[in-house]
Amino acid sequence: MIEGAGPVAAFWGLSALTLLAAGGVVVSRNLFHAVLFLIVVFLGIAGFFLLLSADFLAMAQVIIYVGAIAVLILFAIVLTPRASRDNAETRMAPVALVAGVAVAGLLIPAILDAEWRTLSSAPALPVSDLGRELLGVWVLPFQLASVLLTAALVGAVVLVRSPREEREEIDEEERR
Amino acid sequence: MVPLENYVALSGILFALGVYAVLARRNAILVLMGIELMLNAVSLNFAAFASYLDPDRVTGAVFAVFVITVAAAEVGLALAIVIRLFRLRATSNVDEAAELKW
Repeated sequence: MIEGAGPVAAFWGLSALTLLAAGGVVVSRNLFHAVLFLIVVFLGIAGFFLLLSADFLAMAQVIIYVGAIAVLILFAIVLTPRASRDNAETRMAPVALVAGVAVAGLLIPAILDAEWRTLSSAPALPVSDLGRELLGVWVLPFQLASVLLTAALVGAVVLVRSPREEREEIDEEERR
Repeated sequence: MVPLENYVALSGILFALGVYAVLARRNAILVLMGIELMLNAVSLNFAAFASYLDPDRVTGAVFAVFVITVAAAEVGLALAIVIRLFRLRATSNVDEAAELKW
């Protein structure tokens, strides 16, 4: 947490930017526009992490979300050429709107009503503490996350192999 | 200092937008973007709670790191499924992949 009037102005600016971009993601019919809006949302969230003085999270957010996930989504858009048309909402859009408004209507009053026992002042989070904690207390979940990532990437490679390659592989095995 | 409520309410609005996108969008890639919005809202929440409520400041950040990791794995796999679906059906419309519907 950083004191002063600057962070407050930064908070309101960032929230306006992030919410506008998120609205763009939700309404835009063009996949490319949606992904560009999504990148703005990711950068806005990284800015919030900086405001909360979680420097490492901000960096990870920019590198992983903007650098990897957004590029991956762009690749998927390019690889599914005719998918860019027919991006209208489903017939269930009014129901979805009701569900979204209901979620917001449940959360926001509850949040504003709750009594948060906030700390008066908290020190910034050093990255070395985060690393020590990750490889100390949380080492088992950390390892599980790496197994999950490996499994997911192997699964993705298996899924997107072309049918021709698969047939060739089966033929080769039969010849043996 | 910005009160904690502002951060949590902002992430609530982002989450609701994500819910709408997941339920209303027809293109699988746009549904995926809605899921990303929701995951981002959650990790923003974790970071805000870590900063305002936890004297050690670490646990929430650890959870946010795990959220980012799982999001990366999920996006890789989901886009592979989208590309596979497109190859089989020449569409990425989630309404047309309804064999498992009863």
